[in-house]
Amino acid sequence: MIIYGVALLSVCLILGMLIGEALGVLLGVKANVGGVGIAMLFLILASNSRKFKALTEGASGFGITFWSAMYIPIVVAMAARQNVAAAIDGGLLALAAGVAAVVVSFALVPVFSKIGGGSSAPESNSDTDEQGPT
Amino acid sequence: MDIIETVFVRNNLVVAFAVVGVTIWLSYFLAKRLTNNRIHGSAIAIAFGLLAAYWGGITTGGRTGVADIALLGGIGLMGGGMMRDFAIVATAFGVHISELKKAGLAGVISIFAGVIVSFIVGAAIAVMFGYTDPAAITTIGAGAVTYIVGPVTGEAIGASDAVITLSVAAGLVKSILVMIGTPLIARHIGLDNPQSAMVFGGLMGTTSGVAAGLAATDPKLVPYGAMTATFYTGLGCLLGPSILYFIVSGIF
Repeated sequence: MIIYGVALLSVCLILGMLIGEALGVLLGVKANVGGVGIAMLFLILASNSRKFKALTEGASGFGITFWSAMYIPIVVAMAARQNVAAAIDGGLLALAAGVAAVVVSFALVPVFSKIGGGSSAPESNSDTDEQGPT
Repeated sequence: MDIIETVFVRNNLVVAFAVVGVTIWLSYFLAKRLTNNRIHGSAIAIAFGLLAAYWGGITTGGRTGVADIALLGGIGLMGGGMMRDFAIVATAFGVHISELKKAGLAGVISIFAGVIVSFIVGAAIAVMFGYTDPAAITTIGAGAVTYIVGPVTGEAIGASDAVITLSVAAGLVKSILVMIGTPLIARHIGLDNPQSAMVFGGLMGTTSGVAAGLAATDPKLVPYGAMTATFYTGLGCLLGPSILYFIVSGIF
């Protein structure tokens, strides 16, 4: 059943968000600390575990891969609702601060990527193939 | 006109699916015909989205881009935080635990480095523009972390409204630049494997920017970058009004 996969995905997100909010309260921070990342860990654990086979294989799995494939369209909609006008109105200071932060961070990617061993090519045979544009 | 408006507004999410679908079809068509797929179709679609958002912002004066136009209100729901997070989590389906473990340490280090480096850069720019008030310098530095960390920090340490607005603008510039710049720069910074994607997510941190930037570069990398990026804003909100503010106050 497709809904089983969708429900598993939903439960993972809700659990992750609850933990993220709780972490925020514990740390005294007005933000959700890693809720989405924790939810992703739950889904990875579930999809790698035999116990959840009924929720991640066949039609149930399609309920998850559908939303994974909807990712790019959702990101396009997200781009269309950004406050671009405000970013441009921010003037030179906002522009300089934003651009400089991005340029320096880009430059650090190869430096930190070397930590913890060599790099490898992305897996090409995983289920995530379905979200790839053709 | 009344009939169109009634139907479009009542079914706004469905309208959004159709509009985004047409936009993506057009973008992939242009990517193939004009650039021979050298520029990814999704990168063009995201650029269209940003242009539409700018147009929506200046015509309505609202804060949610094209979603402030009544007929396109569904874009706000489709591209909102809830759907974005739901789809991001779905991309983790099929990720191998071994890849995560391999990049785990580098990922964690990059989150701390990313917050601190962006903060220092933003704060330095604020000083260069003549700010001497520690609260203002800290808030603008926090804005260069993300557009959420800026106002959270600013409100906590009592920065002025104008400075908080500036910090949000700096964060927005960062987010948009990551969306546009990532596919262009990816090859030069070795962004082609799960490990560098996790480092990338940790260093950039803006969830929207990382989400869109990696989608336009290689969708297989999305879950790895998104995983680390989602911890970044939380860490920024933790460090901004505390340690980073104390350090800035000590200097100025």
